[in-house]
Amino acid sequence: MARASVTKKEKTNTLKAFLVELAVYAVFVTAYFFLVLHYLSGWLQDLHLNHVRIYAMVTIILIIGQAVFLESVTTWLLRLLRGGRSE
Amino acid sequence: MFFPISDSHISPIYLAIVGFIIGVLGGFFGVGGSFIAGPALRAVGLDWNFAVGTDLAHIVGKSVVAAKRHRALGNVDLKLGLIMAVGTMGGAEVGAQLIQMLKRAGNVNSVVSLVSIAIYVSISSFMIWEAWRTLQYQKKRRPRTKVPGTASKQDESSFSHRTKAIQSIKIWPMVALPASGVQAISLWIIILVSFVGGLFSGFLGGGAGYIRMPMLVYVLGIPTHLAVGTDLFEIIISASYGTFSHAVKGNVDILIALVMHTGAAIGAQIGAISTQYFAGPKIRLAFVPLPLIGAAIVIYTLVTGHKL
Repeated sequence: MARASVTKKEKTNTLKAFLVELAVYAVFVTAYFFLVLHYLSGWLQDLHLNHVRIYAMVTIILIIGQAVFLESVTTWLLRLLRGGRSE
Repeated sequence: MFFPISDSHISPIYLAIVGFIIGVLGGFFGVGGSFIAGPALRAVGLDWNFAVGTDLAHIVGKSVVAAKRHRALGNVDLKLGLIMAVGTMGGAEVGAQLIQMLKRAGNVNSVVSLVSIAIYVSISSFMIWEAWRTLQYQKKRRPRTKVPGTASKQDESSFSHRTKAIQSIKIWPMVALPASGVQAISLWIIILVSFVGGLFSGFLGGGAGYIRMPMLVYVLGIPTHLAVGTDLFEIIISASYGTFSHAVKGNVDILIALVMHTGAAIGAQIGAISTQYFAGPKIRLAFVPLPLIGAAIVIYTLVTGHKL
């Protein structure tokens, strides 16, 4: 009985955490479309056409940077939401 | 939304949804998901060269998120991943050279298609047989654990006697993989496994997780959860190399990859966390449709003549 209630609570917490994650991502994506893509697209297009090696390096930095940033933000949020536990 | 680098109009919501689906699959199975991403990008009119290059860039980002999450769960063998990266890059180069040779011979499409169908169907058939046998054996031996989240990482496989025979081959230098529970294995066997994975990656395209993940489990004897996490870590290195190579050739639209990754980042975390709730043989059994989807795409391409 006690185990079942703990499991149910864990499920609720997980669902809550994912909903928060989704909300954060929604805000992030919207900001991304309006800010980053708008300001970076011209510069990236210029690099793509005229400096392909720099473009290739920037490509790797941007995708890894975004991945690390997103993962860190959500891990921090998960910890905050679950009172110090990330999983 | 207009993407100036590839000169294409694609809905960002569509890209995020495709990224999310691939993220879940990648986080759960340790695969890149190029067999879905490639056709999905082609379906909205992106040129084939941009579809391949952009997909690789997106795979890098998705794998970083999933591998970080798997690392937090103790599912990544860094030593094994770094050794494998060397073999993968060598294999990828040889695979790409093979493609060039077949192009010159003029029969690249038929050879690659037939080889890939044979490989995909063989992997799926073997995994169905092995995972089913292991599950039956476990069912007979002890009752199932019902509490979610307690799926054991102590993996079992009905193929383990062969794996032990492979591990007992003593070709210097021998390396220990304590994180994976492997006491000693020849470095050359690890290099060979990663080289074969890289070869298929260069030959058939994508990250070749559909062949590397099963080989990690059955040939090297890595527990399934660790095979998934380590494969993802290894994909970061090999896909970064591939992305750079394609970007220099002008085949990467990083803006599309970044948008796709916003969806993939959530999906990859959901997929990675979900592995906690499944035992190794069940993950392997669930893996079976992935190579079959790849085979179906190739058969469709062969029959209709349209490249998805």
